[in-house]
Amino acid sequence: MNLSLLVIFPLVTALAVLLSKGLKQVRGFALLGSLTQLGLAGWLLKSYQAERASGNLTTNLFESNTPWFTSPLINYHIGVDGIAIAMILLTSVVVVAGILVSWSMEKMSKEYFFLLVLLSMGAYGFFISLDLFTMFFFLEIAVIPKFLLIGVWGSGDKVKSAMKLALMLMGGSALVFVGLLGIYYNVHSFETAEVIRVGLTSGVQKFFFPFAFIGFGIFAAMFPFHTWVPDGHASAPTAASMFLAGISMKLGGYGCLRMVSLMPDAANYYSWIIIILATIAIIYGAFATMMQTDLKYINAYSSISHCGFVILGIGMMNKTSMNGAVIQMVSHGLMTALFFAAIGMIYSRTHTRMVAQLGGLLKAMPFISTVFVIAGLCSLGLPGFSGFVAEMTVFMGSWQNPDTMYRFATVLSGASIVVTAVYILRATGRAIMGPISDEHALLADATWNEKLASVLLIAAILVIGIAPFLMNQLIVPSTDILFEHIGKAITIK
Amino acid sequence: MMLNNMLSLLRQELVLSVLIFLLLFIKLGKDRSQASLSVIVNIALLINLLAGLWNMGEGELFSGMFHTNATIVFEKSILNLAVLLISMQSYSWLKSHDQVIEFYLLLFTSLLGMQFMISSGNMLMFYLGLEMSTIPLAAAANFDLTNRRSSEAAMKLIISSAFASGILLMGISFIYGTTGTLLFDALPSKLTGNPLQMFAFILFISGFAFKISAVPFHLWTADVYEGAPVAVTSFLSVVSKGAVIFVFVSVLYKVFQPLSHAWYLIISVLSVATILVGNLFALRQDNLKRFLAFSSIAQVGFILIGILSGDHQGAVSVIYFILIYVFSNLAAFGVISLVSALTGKEQITDYKHFYKTNPLLAWVLTIALFSLAGVPPTAGFFGKFFLLTAGASKGNYLLIAVAALNMVISFFYYLKVVKAMFMDENETPIEKLEIPAVSKLALYICVAGIILVGLASVVYEHINSLSI
Repeated sequence: MNLSLLVIFPLVTALAVLLSKGLKQVRGFALLGSLTQLGLAGWLLKSYQAERASGNLTTNLFESNTPWFTSPLINYHIGVDGIAIAMILLTSVVVVAGILVSWSMEKMSKEYFFLLVLLSMGAYGFFISLDLFTMFFFLEIAVIPKFLLIGVWGSGDKVKSAMKLALMLMGGSALVFVGLLGIYYNVHSFETAEVIRVGLTSGVQKFFFPFAFIGFGIFAAMFPFHTWVPDGHASAPTAASMFLAGISMKLGGYGCLRMVSLMPDAANYYSWIIIILATIAIIYGAFATMMQTDLKYINAYSSISHCGFVILGIGMMNKTSMNGAVIQMVSHGLMTALFFAAIGMIYSRTHTRMVAQLGGLLKAMPFISTVFVIAGLCSLGLPGFSGFVAEMTVFMGSWQNPDTMYRFATVLSGASIVVTAVYILRATGRAIMGPISDEHALLADATWNEKLASVLLIAAILVIGIAPFLMNQLIVPSTDILFEHIGKAITIK
Repeated sequence: MMLNNMLSLLRQELVLSVLIFLLLFIKLGKDRSQASLSVIVNIALLINLLAGLWNMGEGELFSGMFHTNATIVFEKSILNLAVLLISMQSYSWLKSHDQVIEFYLLLFTSLLGMQFMISSGNMLMFYLGLEMSTIPLAAAANFDLTNRRSSEAAMKLIISSAFASGILLMGISFIYGTTGTLLFDALPSKLTGNPLQMFAFILFISGFAFKISAVPFHLWTADVYEGAPVAVTSFLSVVSKGAVIFVFVSVLYKVFQPLSHAWYLIISVLSVATILVGNLFALRQDNLKRFLAFSSIAQVGFILIGILSGDHQGAVSVIYFILIYVFSNLAAFGVISLVSALTGKEQITDYKHFYKTNPLLAWVLTIALFSLAGVPPTAGFFGKFFLLTAGASKGNYLLIAVAALNMVISFFYYLKVVKAMFMDENETPIEKLEIPAVSKLALYICVAGIILVGLASVVYEHINSLSI
């Protein structure tokens, strides 16, 4: 199939949204566009599996390469492997859910949906890029909509949060940019395949890897560059929070993974630093969550902790842990989007997100409460949900590393799950169970669009949780190929 | 033969000269309405712009004083385009002005000077063109006739330009003293880098730095930009700066090639200082014109980084960036000029909640600012990317890292304006404005340029194919 469709469809949708009038038309076009996109992603998955089944073993499928600029040499080069397809599926599911959740967005609805669609376009473009320039281009496209979405439609101290988020992410992309230039001048190409083929010398890698990895790390909420996450997520409107945590942070994780594959020597050299930072993020994120009283902050800080597992999986530098990192990205994207959706539904009815002011919601709104509980259980890694599969795989991978420090980091990270259980169960207990206040007793349950969004996300979570082999079939061959190159670097050392 | 040559090689200058004389005659005749005059002028400018599109080859005139080739014609076309856009945008401002013809006369004389400057093959010719372009501008800066700040701006502009010209001239005379020639072609072989030549070269660069307002020679910029009418400010920041940078690149790359090790260092320092100071001062501005003045100082710093590369790619990225800068800066100035002409408001705080009342203008200004900040998919992103890529070709990655992180600072202040327009509450926002069709067209052209010049690689590839 033609991968450019994945970028063209959101673009067409965005234009249709711009030209339409009134909330009904706008959201209709947005939903239509995102459903088409979901269909495209499904079709992509199907044709990818068909290609693989017929014995096509090339690294990337559906490649197309169009020259863009000649000097510096930049190509619009696209293609996907299993990892990218997993990310594209995640994006399309979250986008549909996000648009359904914002079904009754009255305030400047046209601009709102336009920006949501634009943001998703950046993400799709990023995941299909095989050229570092295109990748960078789409990465930055996804930044500006976030700023406007949070600043205009957000709540609380929205302008400050929006500014903080935009500046930190811009800082991240500035670092990525320096890393890319370094790669370009040593390989004379922005093509990822070319970079791997020619290879960078160890010294070059060690100099430029920190730029690129920290740059993407900022997007992935790597400690100590995670500070945009809590404020940004808490201030954002529901759909934007879902997009931020579900899609945008995954751009960072995916980018980190690609950088490791491009500069394996340096990644191996610095891996102990990455591990330490990831472990700090996991532990610190979990404990910081314990102290939160606002539901959105709870989910935002727990995102830092969960994204720490992604970085941990990447930093451990072995096949299983990297698989785990990819599964964790998808799982966290779905789970956290579901969580934010549930919080958004609760907030739109009760007008408070403070755990202390809530209680007994199960009696008034059983559906929303169930969704909330499911998201919580997935977050604490209950077997049967995707969180368990993902974290389990990361730990299995990390433990394979015989080094004492790495084992220690694994044990510490594993222990954080207990903390997760504490804060999730506490929040759930206080907000969902117990007596309900009179003013909340008469609130209505979820509407059809909210139900649909939740069901979609829950279904995706369950599929990964109950049938993890489906996910593994998709990504393992690709991480194997990815690791062939990385593995060489490790054995050389 | 000679006459034919003159007609074809000098075609852009000739169209302008004819236009200038035409305006003089119109001035002598009976009064005309401003509307019909604007139409005449804009059509003439369009002809002038089209004159640059058809390629007439290269050649020399006046025994090497004047030379031209495809690149130079392209550079002149960029300037012509900018002047056309400025003329279209200042429609509302000129409507209420009595001395429209004089205004155009000054602007076009200055433009003519720039065209001769770009085409110069000799230091004297270059100096002549530079002066011809500067002096009318001082008069034009005073064109808000009742405004004291405008006169102050004119005064500051003329004094600081005179000073810069003096320094430049001193540099030129030392160069002549040590080499015995003023011809660009003959100079490189005679430059040995002896102390007096180095001194002359530093004077020369200082003169240039004044004109493009690079730090530490930038102090005149903000006051002049703030005081002058918006049309003149945009002319100063886009056309005047662009023209000097074009010459700067060709002089550095061709004439002073033997001294490239020296200017590499000088320009590295200048570029970082310019970006940093421009950014830090822009952070604190509240007047939009002052704000754009400092932001344009920072932009010059980025251009200097592109110049550092010293090869074909550097020159290409600079010309490409100036073209993009024309569109982005003029889109920003276009909105400011409209608002200023119709309401007199120029503060960032006045723009609070601007989006509610004037969504179109707010979007145009936002897109322009994003392009200036270098955010994709606007052309500014491509421009900055290529400038920094060219600058990195010598391997000075720390410099590039500093510049890239400075883009984050600049991002902050551009976002501040966007924030004011979209997010801040305001009880008395600027009322809904009636935009004249001409100005609207100019804004649309700018936005189309901002979006297409980057994404469609044809433009870049065209510049890349020119021999520089």
